[in-house]
Amino acid sequence: MAPRSPSDPVVTVLPTFSAGDRVFVKDETPPYHHRTPWYIKGRHGVVVEFIGTWVNSETRAHGSDGLPELPMYRVEFDQADLWTGYKESPTDKLWIDLYEHWLIPA
Amino acid sequence: MSDNKDKGGFYDTGWRPSGEVHRDEEGRPHDHPGVQEDTGMGVRASRALAMHELLVEKGVIDENEVDDAIEAWSKRVPSNGATLVAKAWSDPEFRTRLLEHPKETVIESGFVPEHNADIIVLENTSEVQHMVVCTLCSCYPTALLGPPPDWYKSFSYRSRAVTEPRAVMSEFGLELEDETEVRVVDSNSELRFLVIPRRPAGTEGWSVDQLAELVNRNSMIGVTAATEPGTE
Amino acid sequence: MPAVHDRGGWPTDEPIDREEHEWADWERQTQSLRTVLDAKGIMNVDELRRGIEAIDPTEYEGSTYFERWSASIETNLVEKGVLIEAEIDERAQGLRDRWGYPS
Repeated sequence: MAPRSPSDPVVTVLPTFSAGDRVFVKDETPPYHHRTPWYIKGRHGVVVEFIGTWVNSETRAHGSDGLPELPMYRVEFDQADLWTGYKESPTDKLWIDLYEHWLIPA
Repeated sequence: MSDNKDKGGFYDTGWRPSGEVHRDEEGRPHDHPGVQEDTGMGVRASRALAMHELLVEKGVIDENEVDDAIEAWSKRVPSNGATLVAKAWSDPEFRTRLLEHPKETVIESGFVPEHNADIIVLENTSEVQHMVVCTLCSCYPTALLGPPPDWYKSFSYRSRAVTEPRAVMSEFGLELEDETEVRVVDSNSELRFLVIPRRPAGTEGWSVDQLAELVNRNSMIGVTAATEPGTE
Repeated sequence: MPAVHDRGGWPTDEPIDREEHEWADWERQTQSLRTVLDAKGIMNVDELRRGIEAIDPTEYEGSTYFERWSASIETNLVEKGVLIEAEIDERAQGLRDRWGYPS
């Protein structure tokens, strides 16, 4: 199934989060394939935007068709929050895409 | 591909590197499927070739399919991305379309997106410099930039791009102003990111082709700036 | 400790080596084989990644990029019953013998 483009007007899922929402990333390490890096887990960020629904890579990696598609968000983190003693600019940011089920309202 | 079914008693894919047979000090031939001369044939390489032969023999894949895939890969080159960037620099309407409807605009421009990925275009400005990495593996906009360079896949880039992006850019020759915010983008989903680098000064009136020459591959990842005119 | 593939922020001050290695034909073949297996619904890219992540950490760090792909493709094809490990062993050995490489 081809991924739906974020520019597609039809969205059948009502996203939980909106741009500007502060979120906390679950600090979990499930035994199955997941694309949430260690350095983001347990961190606070701000939602940049809802980026549509995407195939579930966590199940598709293990023989499933990855459906239903899941809502995903681009989330922004302050580099100074992610890294103790971050040496570069205090306004630097990091963006990463996360499934809704990894996020808790903060 | 030649039909060599009787060679050594098993199906031979017929792959040969171009050029003459090279032999090492022990007289072993290097006339075999593309094994690097100085590293010989690793275990994984021989297993990769073995799997390929077995899959063809069992009819799981057809040799033509692999040939077609190799042919499709040869069309994935950085000049694809450079053309899009040059058009975006030249034409404000195209730039808007590329930023807002990237996949459609890529297709309209005659490029074939990867089937399992979508594309997002990020624009660098004097306020924000985007830099793309895939800390978990090597996700990359291959349809527009070709396969990722070795350094993009290296442990050192994957580790340092997120903790010290400016130091990494500095290694690549880019010194950013302090006022510019760096935004590292960790490419961990089905979305792939193409960066529009800042258009160099002194290029007013340049054609798309001329501008595209300045759009080096690394600038579309965000580790360098576009090439300055007169230094290409 | 993060998993071996989860590389963001690992302590290192190793400079980025910008030299490009020349692709071996088997690497080009492997890259295209993966595309074909995906198009035919035999192995998708998530399964490829899962297979790479399952590689023993020492092997992961000591392998080249396409060696990791090859290991994952093998894991996936064997798990799915498309190929048998013994036949891969035998064929790989046959290739090595034919070309005069040590086992």
